[in-house]
Amino acid sequence: MCITRRAEWNTHVGRQLSRPVTGLAHQTAAFALLDSLLSPLRALGRYAILMGRAFASIDEFRMYWKNLFIQMVRIGIDSIPIVALAAAFSGAVLTVQTAYQLETPFIPESIIGSIVAPSIMLELGVVVAGFILSGRVGARIAAELGTMRVSEQIDALEVMGLNSVGFLVLPRVLAGIVMFPILYVVSCTVGIGTGVFTGHIGGFLSATEFLDGARQFFQLLDPLIGFVKSVAFGFIVTSIACYKGYYTGGGAVGVGDSTTQAAVLSCVFILVADLLVAMALL
Amino acid sequence: MIEVKNISKSFGSLQVLEDVSLDVHRGEKLAIIGRSGSGKSVLMKHLVGLLKPDDGHVYVDGEDLCCISYEELRALRKRFGVLFQGGALFDSMSSFENIAFPLRYFSSITDAEINERVQECLDLVRLSDVGPKRPSELSGGMRKRVALARSISMEPKYILYDEPTSGLDPETSNTINDLINHLADELNVTSVLVTHDMHSVLDVADRVAFLHGQDLEWVGPVQELHTCANQHLNSFVKASEYTIGSPSPAQSS
Repeated sequence: MCITRRAEWNTHVGRQLSRPVTGLAHQTAAFALLDSLLSPLRALGRYAILMGRAFASIDEFRMYWKNLFIQMVRIGIDSIPIVALAAAFSGAVLTVQTAYQLETPFIPESIIGSIVAPSIMLELGVVVAGFILSGRVGARIAAELGTMRVSEQIDALEVMGLNSVGFLVLPRVLAGIVMFPILYVVSCTVGIGTGVFTGHIGGFLSATEFLDGARQFFQLLDPLIGFVKSVAFGFIVTSIACYKGYYTGGGAVGVGDSTTQAAVLSCVFILVADLLVAMALL
Repeated sequence: MIEVKNISKSFGSLQVLEDVSLDVHRGEKLAIIGRSGSGKSVLMKHLVGLLKPDDGHVYVDGEDLCCISYEELRALRKRFGVLFQGGALFDSMSSFENIAFPLRYFSSITDAEINERVQECLDLVRLSDVGPKRPSELSGGMRKRVALARSISMEPKYILYDEPTSGLDPETSNTINDLINHLADELNVTSVLVTHDMHSVLDVADRVAFLHGQDLEWVGPVQELHTCANQHLNSFVKASEYTIGSPSPAQSS
């Protein structure tokens, strides 16, 4: 029992379309150019829609709250060692290099503390943590969601009647927003702590001098700006990673691409957000 | 009943389905067959609203999937169980947790009742003792059976099977086919089977729909497969028969 037969018609139309028509070729090239120009805007639109869907599902969050705690542990608690390690070395290096640059009898040693502590609170603590986490957290989220996408696990969630965006994206983004400030505090504490330790061990200045200098020029705005940056970076890293992972196409190569793009884009947007927050609040 | 009315679907410049219409009747076992890349899985994803057609409509029990809200679609999807090609089991959970997953989110039954229901589903797919094992510890066939157990845990009205026997040895394929028949008879569900495995088609299906070159070229009872006049279908069936080693109608005559 034959339903339809369009094969001959399709072949006929296909033959007609495949004729070399110069005007058509120009038109196709123009469309391709326009398409590539509009591609970032399309991506931005898809990203905005995904975030909109994620936050719109907050009313059914009681179904997914367990996921939030799991993600807070994975994104936040599990990241403490690597953030602390990066912060420790940053604080130590900054102290040594500041001491080297200010090696003159006309400037008191306590100035080293006045420079190192605000630098860590304003910039280094949060940016270093952001970069580390875009690799550790961003890549992990993108790979996890990407694998779920290509192995049809996201489709399976949808078919069960679950809101996959609410279940997968929202807990990760909220966990990023909540945990990045905590990691920022860890980063600043360890960074300044190793700064004090390195200054003392290296014979540049005593712990008292360091802390006196830090106190002398302390402004509440410094940690406040760092805090705002950490919230922004938490959102940037997790939301970009979720977007890239959720819309992964293809197989293993697609997952690899999404993971790389998530890490790279997060770093780029961290730098942009860093500048914007600094310009807005300073 | 599922009604597909004149749907077309393309991905970029690639036209996958064009003006396809198909009815799936209550309680039947329909097999959608066709060559790899002929749009079988795409058609199946339209049935459950995972893809929206560029043109046309899909009705499930009278509700148009293309016109309902996302919330209504989610509610409607609970009538479906889907066995995905690779199983789509959540690899961070044990087999037990995978099957219990929809029950935990969409039923108000107690933990003890969930345990009982999960064991019942595992028994149905004849894998009573794999509950604690993770998907990575299971063979391909076992993974599909656990996925099948998960898809029936909510007692769906429709079960969609996407290539249920692909990549499995003949014996395991037969086990899966037996299970599909058993579940259809036991649970009185409507089954839609997407496959290019003619063994499965002959073992399971009541009716067959043949996709070729974006079109649904033939729909009919499985008994008419060998007598139909469609050249593409004849060629497909003949190739499958060579593969499975039984004589084609021409050879037998």
